[in-house]
Amino acid sequence: MIVTIASGKGGTGKTTVTVNLAACAPNAEVQVFDCDVEEPNSHLFLKPENCSKEPISTMVPEVDMEKCTLCKECEKICQFSAITTIGKKVMTFPEMCHSCRGCEMVCPDNAITASSRVLGDLIKGTNSAGIPLTWGELRVGEAMSPPLIEQVKARIDPKAISFVDGPPGTSCPAVAALRNSDFALLVAEPTPFGLNDLALTVEALKKLDVPMAFVINRDDGKSRVIDDYAAKEGIEILARLPFTREAAAVCSKGLLLVDEIPEMQRLFKDLYSRLMQKADKGGKIK
Amino acid sequence: MKELTIISGKGGTGKTSVTASFAFLAASRVVVDADVDAANLFLTLPHTTLQTESFLGGRLAEIDPGICTECGECLERCQFEAISTDFVVDPIACEGCGVCVHYCPVDAISFEQQTCGERFLSNTANGPMVHARLGIAQENSGMLVSALRQQAREIAKENNIPLIIVDGPPGIGCPVIASITNADALLIVTEPSMSGMHDMERVKRLADQMRVPAFLCINKADLNQEKADLMKAFARENNIKFAGEIPFDRDVTASMNAGKSLVEFSQGPASQAVQNVWQNVTSYVNDTMNRLA
Repeated sequence: MIVTIASGKGGTGKTTVTVNLAACAPNAEVQVFDCDVEEPNSHLFLKPENCSKEPISTMVPEVDMEKCTLCKECEKICQFSAITTIGKKVMTFPEMCHSCRGCEMVCPDNAITASSRVLGDLIKGTNSAGIPLTWGELRVGEAMSPPLIEQVKARIDPKAISFVDGPPGTSCPAVAALRNSDFALLVAEPTPFGLNDLALTVEALKKLDVPMAFVINRDDGKSRVIDDYAAKEGIEILARLPFTREAAAVCSKGLLLVDEIPEMQRLFKDLYSRLMQKADKGGKIK
Repeated sequence: MKELTIISGKGGTGKTSVTASFAFLAASRVVVDADVDAANLFLTLPHTTLQTESFLGGRLAEIDPGICTECGECLERCQFEAISTDFVVDPIACEGCGVCVHYCPVDAISFEQQTCGERFLSNTANGPMVHARLGIAQENSGMLVSALRQQAREIAKENNIPLIIVDGPPGIGCPVIASITNADALLIVTEPSMSGMHDMERVKRLADQMRVPAFLCINKADLNQEKADLMKAFARENNIKFAGEIPFDRDVTASMNAGKSLVEFSQGPASQAVQNVWQNVTSYVNDTMNRLA
């Protein structure tokens, strides 16, 4: 079963919720996959040990000018302006390439072969409590995160319980993380910005046909914006995590709320069991 | 004309609150919301929308079942597993590469340019605001960001507006690269935490690769003063100009609830600190402008 933690707005507490939930799961039964590959942070809290790292690449074309007859078929099929002929030379722009292999397929002279561009690293480790963490780290300067997110998700064991820490936003990276999830837990911040972006994510999840529930983070006990929206949409609020300076300080040090604050441990344990019940009702559990 | 982009790496550090305040403090500017898939600036800057246009992005394949002979050519060639075994294209998985269209022997696949969202030109107190709303689960956010910045430059040029302020997206990927390419300066808004530090380092490496000078502003600095001091040291050692700290202040959320920028709404400690950051950033930007002139 895959549960993805998302929010729309950044900084609402996706990583905080992911790592603390995983840490209070019985027998370290949850595997964590950090798919915020642009800025992964789960490892700062879970502190995995003996990590292994492998570079992840994507296909980009390489042109053999000995064979090329400058027919321009490659340039014509490429939708991304990643290959073009200039005078008697074929130029490639690997950063623009989407790895569709169209140029390679269409070349009548077999002048194009598959080369590669490094997207980033895939890193794996297990922490002292036995929680396995897999995460992607996008190479600085690389624009495309979805192919690396796909690679992180490809390591998910469908028989296990997996938590995916998603990226912010509602476009390609967020969709890549949320696609094919069995359930989404949305971390909602009770502010106008939080509500606006939460609503965009809810719409995306409806399109993706993923069932969902909310957890309100930094609840000040006053704002009802998330409650009103949840009631209107018929989405259940599984927990309310209060804002305290103490909690902010614990998170800022890279520590777990469930280890440092007994009240938070109680809230997260309760959230975990409610989430497991609710996600199971989604009917997609494997 | 100078362009200042506000980024953070980590999300939720206060980019939009800082941008909205800067947009209020600048005498004359164009402001751009480049966080197109989670745009919030319009919620905190009172505005009147003057123009709405749809934004055309990439193309999507669609198979006409009346023509399709189910030969399997497209299925075999698609690198994105976007075509199901009963020959329906998943619009979310489709990358818009057109390989299936090219190879379909009976021309059963259409390939229309898609409306990816809407872009807006609005009027605010101190100048125009260029913003957008990317469609649900749409692609091409980088392309949309580039289009918004281009429009802002044209408006600034036409009207002799000296400054463009860009509210950037979180992360370091495609829309962030599109937000900072050829910007004159960056303001990195971060928060004093391990995550904030980790993400700021990555965003600074990106700024270096793209050769854009960077400022640092630490928001909610008093939530962990020790970390804030480490960040200041990092800034000194890495050629980042330190622009100031902002204390945690409930007026920030209150201003959001009021639909106003912080500096318009409040004269509290955070508002004072943001005004100080603005002074530091503008004096430097003006200074380099004069030196270059």
